Amino acid sequence: MLKISTAPHCYAKADTRSIMRDVIISLLPAGAVAVALFGLAALVTIVTAVAGCVFFEYACCRWWLKTKPTTGDFSAVVTGLLLAYNLPCNMPLWMTLIGCFVAIVIAKAAFGGIGKNLFNPALVGRVFLFISFPVQMTTWVKPQLFDFLNTDAATGPTTLGLLKHLDGTASATISAASELPNYEQMFFGYVGGSLGEVSALALLLGFFYLLWRRVVSWHIPVYYLGTFFILTGVFWLTTGNPAAEPVTQLLSGGLMLGALFMATDYTTSPMSKNGKIIFAVGCGVLTFVIRRFGSYPEGVSFAILIMNAFVPLIDRCCHPRIFGTGRK
Amino acid sequence: MNELITANVIVLSAIALIAAVVLYYIAQKFKTEDNPLEEKIAALLPQANCGACGKAGCADFARACVKADNEAFAHLYCPAGGSKVMTAVAKELGFSTPEHEPAVAVLHCNGSCRNAPDKTEYIGLKSCRLANRAFVGKTGCPNGCLRLGDCVTNCPFGAIRMDEETGLPRVDPDKCTACGACVRICPRGLYEIRPRGKSGVMVYVACSNRQKGAVARKNCAAACIGCKKCAQICPEITVADNLSHIPVSVSADVYGEKLAAACPTGAIVCRRTKGENND
Amino acid sequence: MTKLKTFAIGGCHPDKHKTTSDRPIEDAGIPETVCIPVCQHIGRPAKILVKKGDRVKTGTLIADADDVISADVHSSVSGEVVKIEENIGKTGYPEIMITVKTDGDDWEESIDRSPETVADITLTGGEIIRRIRKAGIVGMGGAGFPTAAKLSPPPGKKIDTLIINGIECEPWLTADDRLMREKTEEIIIGAKILNKALGIQNAVVAIDENKPQAAALMQKLTRRYVGVNVAVCRTKYPQGAERQLIAAVTGREVPPGCLPADAGCLVQNAGTAFAVYEAVQKNKPLFERVVTVSGDNLDHPGNYRVRLGTPAAYLIEKAAPREEAAEIIFGGPMMGQSGVNPAAPVTKTTSGILCFGAQSVFRPQPTECIRCGRCTEVCPQGLEPFAIKNLTRRGDYQAAKKIHVLDCIECGSCSYVCPARIPLTDYCKLAKYEIRKKK
Repeated sequence: MLKISTAPHCYAKADTRSIMRDVIISLLPAGAVAVALFGLAALVTIVTAVAGCVFFEYACCRWWLKTKPTTGDFSAVVTGLLLAYNLPCNMPLWMTLIGCFVAIVIAKAAFGGIGKNLFNPALVGRVFLFISFPVQMTTWVKPQLFDFLNTDAATGPTTLGLLKHLDGTASATISAASELPNYEQMFFGYVGGSLGEVSALALLLGFFYLLWRRVVSWHIPVYYLGTFFILTGVFWLTTGNPAAEPVTQLLSGGLMLGALFMATDYTTSPMSKNGKIIFAVGCGVLTFVIRRFGSYPEGVSFAILIMNAFVPLIDRCCHPRIFGTGRK
Repeated sequence: MNELITANVIVLSAIALIAAVVLYYIAQKFKTEDNPLEEKIAALLPQANCGACGKAGCADFARACVKADNEAFAHLYCPAGGSKVMTAVAKELGFSTPEHEPAVAVLHCNGSCRNAPDKTEYIGLKSCRLANRAFVGKTGCPNGCLRLGDCVTNCPFGAIRMDEETGLPRVDPDKCTACGACVRICPRGLYEIRPRGKSGVMVYVACSNRQKGAVARKNCAAACIGCKKCAQICPEITVADNLSHIPVSVSADVYGEKLAAACPTGAIVCRRTKGENND
Repeated sequence: MTKLKTFAIGGCHPDKHKTTSDRPIEDAGIPETVCIPVCQHIGRPAKILVKKGDRVKTGTLIADADDVISADVHSSVSGEVVKIEENIGKTGYPEIMITVKTDGDDWEESIDRSPETVADITLTGGEIIRRIRKAGIVGMGGAGFPTAAKLSPPPGKKIDTLIINGIECEPWLTADDRLMREKTEEIIIGAKILNKALGIQNAVVAIDENKPQAAALMQKLTRRYVGVNVAVCRTKYPQGAERQLIAAVTGREVPPGCLPADAGCLVQNAGTAFAVYEAVQKNKPLFERVVTVSGDNLDHPGNYRVRLGTPAAYLIEKAAPREEAAEIIFGGPMMGQSGVNPAAPVTKTTSGILCFGAQSVFRPQPTECIRCGRCTEVCPQGLEPFAIKNLTRRGDYQAAKKIHVLDCIECGSCSYVCPARIPLTDYCKLAKYEIRKKK
């Protein structure tokens, strides 16, 4: 029996599943660095977060949304990975699972499942944990290269925490300045911090893979980081505040992870090119404002979440140019 | 302490005042004129906004009713609500109750899975309007039902469902309000809004194929082949382009069973509808 | 090397599958019977001039154009007219066809069958257009608009550039590629003839860079012909669409709702240019064309010179099918139509017949939109297919009209790239259908 179909009769290879698989592959280098630096605890956190997210995704589809479970498209795995990368390695596992619950059930399924969520699920999970358990969320284990059991588990401040101290009293400033890691340490990741955010190199490697596979475009990260770098640089040059040294600011905290992997999330970023640029610049400005004038050392999560809320508005205003007309 | 309270009260009152002025201004600026009578009429209507009355939704119909004089009102009819609703509207406005014969949607095709077996498999988007452009349909009949259910998804009253056994859409006469949404959506014009008949019995030709009998029969066992046997029973029936047409005036009570029995292919259908909601 | 030309907005890169590009054009031979539809073009069907039992020769006029937007139909074989009635066409709908039973290949005497290439154009512009009309030539890329009508632009529109479309951006198809390599000079002369008919001096043969041999040959030969140039374009789908091609070659964009003539351009397919050459220089009406017969279900795919009215099944049989066909496509896989009837005839607009096996014919189940924005990125018209889909699903066709759904050229790019496998093109077609119906 002949089959009849409407045109087109062929399809591109990339589907939702293969795209998510590419994102997972791109996140692996950062995960490897985390395990190398923070040992088994990091691996346990990552596995727990991924398993938790996949479970909640399956449960929501099956018993709540009553749709065919979408666990097969790997989007929950990506959420789990991103959530784990935003946590310190010594996070109690039950807290991690609460983060998974918030990310998948509240931030994703409650909005209608994949493609319908307004906010980035992993970031919602992280911010929820950050506000609920501030102590656990800001206890950073010092990295110990290849000491997998991480026996002494000494804790120490993050680069951003130190930078915040530079604003403070004279004595704190001096001690903080002496503890600051140099650029190489920050670039390769030999610093304290959340699992996935420490190594800019690993994140960039993964991102270049995504660019090569044409999964994402370069616009959001470049405009985001560029805006932030310029604003911080101008502030640093005009005030001379050592805490605003732009390269350190760029390489520290969750900025790289956020700009490369969180802000570029398909569902929670604008569709058009111009919209992406507006979104990224907004993220950059907000990150700068929160880091510089807010009470938190870190501003990336809040900046991206706030800009997520503007995405429907941006999508309404930014349209591509219609063929044969000027700007619409 | 007192000073603080006073300052607070003054500041907050000032804000409240400004907000009130702004709100008042906006309320005045964007005021819409609501006619209470129109709202009352609209409340009587089914609010399906099906457009069957020819107006842009129920609110528009209510406006037309209020504006109408006695003569104009006679031309207004809400098919979805039926005479029950129209009686209520007429009462509210002080007009005499209009007369309307209850009707129901009928499908002029009997190309079920058994009568017209699939010749090809359609794997595109399930939409008759799209498939109609792409190809002749699974059955091969260029005039018959495509069996993809655009009428089902577009019926505002959920009165049409796909019969799994026949593969054809089936109109539930109890739910059908004869609004005509199916007539408008069907790309092959297979639906007709037909009066239910005085005793609730209808007789009609469930086929729209205009090909020659032999060609039509190749695709569908229940095709009208234009044999004119029905026309011999009832002279009012006309046969043109190999297709029989039974006018509404043919009494189903008198001829219904006879015609259905005489049709050699089973293209003529005699059906009983209860139709309580429209009486 | 200069930057290759292409259009600015959107575009995608489907897998090429141009496996038949190195297979020379073969003669498909003459089937026992041919069914020639009287309407192989856009416009009124032609008026039938023969009756059952008549004898016809190859090239005999059998149906006459009834209107300006209509085209003559000629017999493609010599033999006896056995049937004039409705037959099932490729889409399954009945079409009126003239069936001729073949008894040899006896051509009309007026046709010049000598192999020499005739370069001198002796006819005047008016005579050329008349010749083209009498030869029944229509746009052979797929649209089927009568060429003679296209050559008479509406008053007030000034055409300055003729573009010969040798892009062939659809995957699998190689008919135009082969024709440009084997009949290079004839196509160039065809362009000169069209130039003369239009009274202009500027023709551009546009070729995608994925046809380097055709482009090189064309570049070499055009040096001898003043006024005909070659534009090599960067390969991108749908560059062969009229509007996109004009934008790629001249940089002019035809505004929404306007005709190519508004941008001073006229586009003709390479196959059409060849048919024009044959009609004007050799007095040969259009009764055969080059068809790519390909697909993963065929052992011997190839390019064939086919008499119009030849059943598709005859060609598929020639190309050695492996198993029972699961889908037969008339045209390319991006815009072509699924065939209901394998016995349906090749017409003036059939550029390819593709035959696929069961393993490659499937329609993936659509999932939820993940807002990746790829549909918007690839749409060559700058539309937002995801938004059109949402509005169409809601039944809000007027809102879809406001976001320019009527500018959609139905190229299929959005459906092709969608990672959620949503049939976006189908929703666009549905919205267009509903808007046009309401008018």
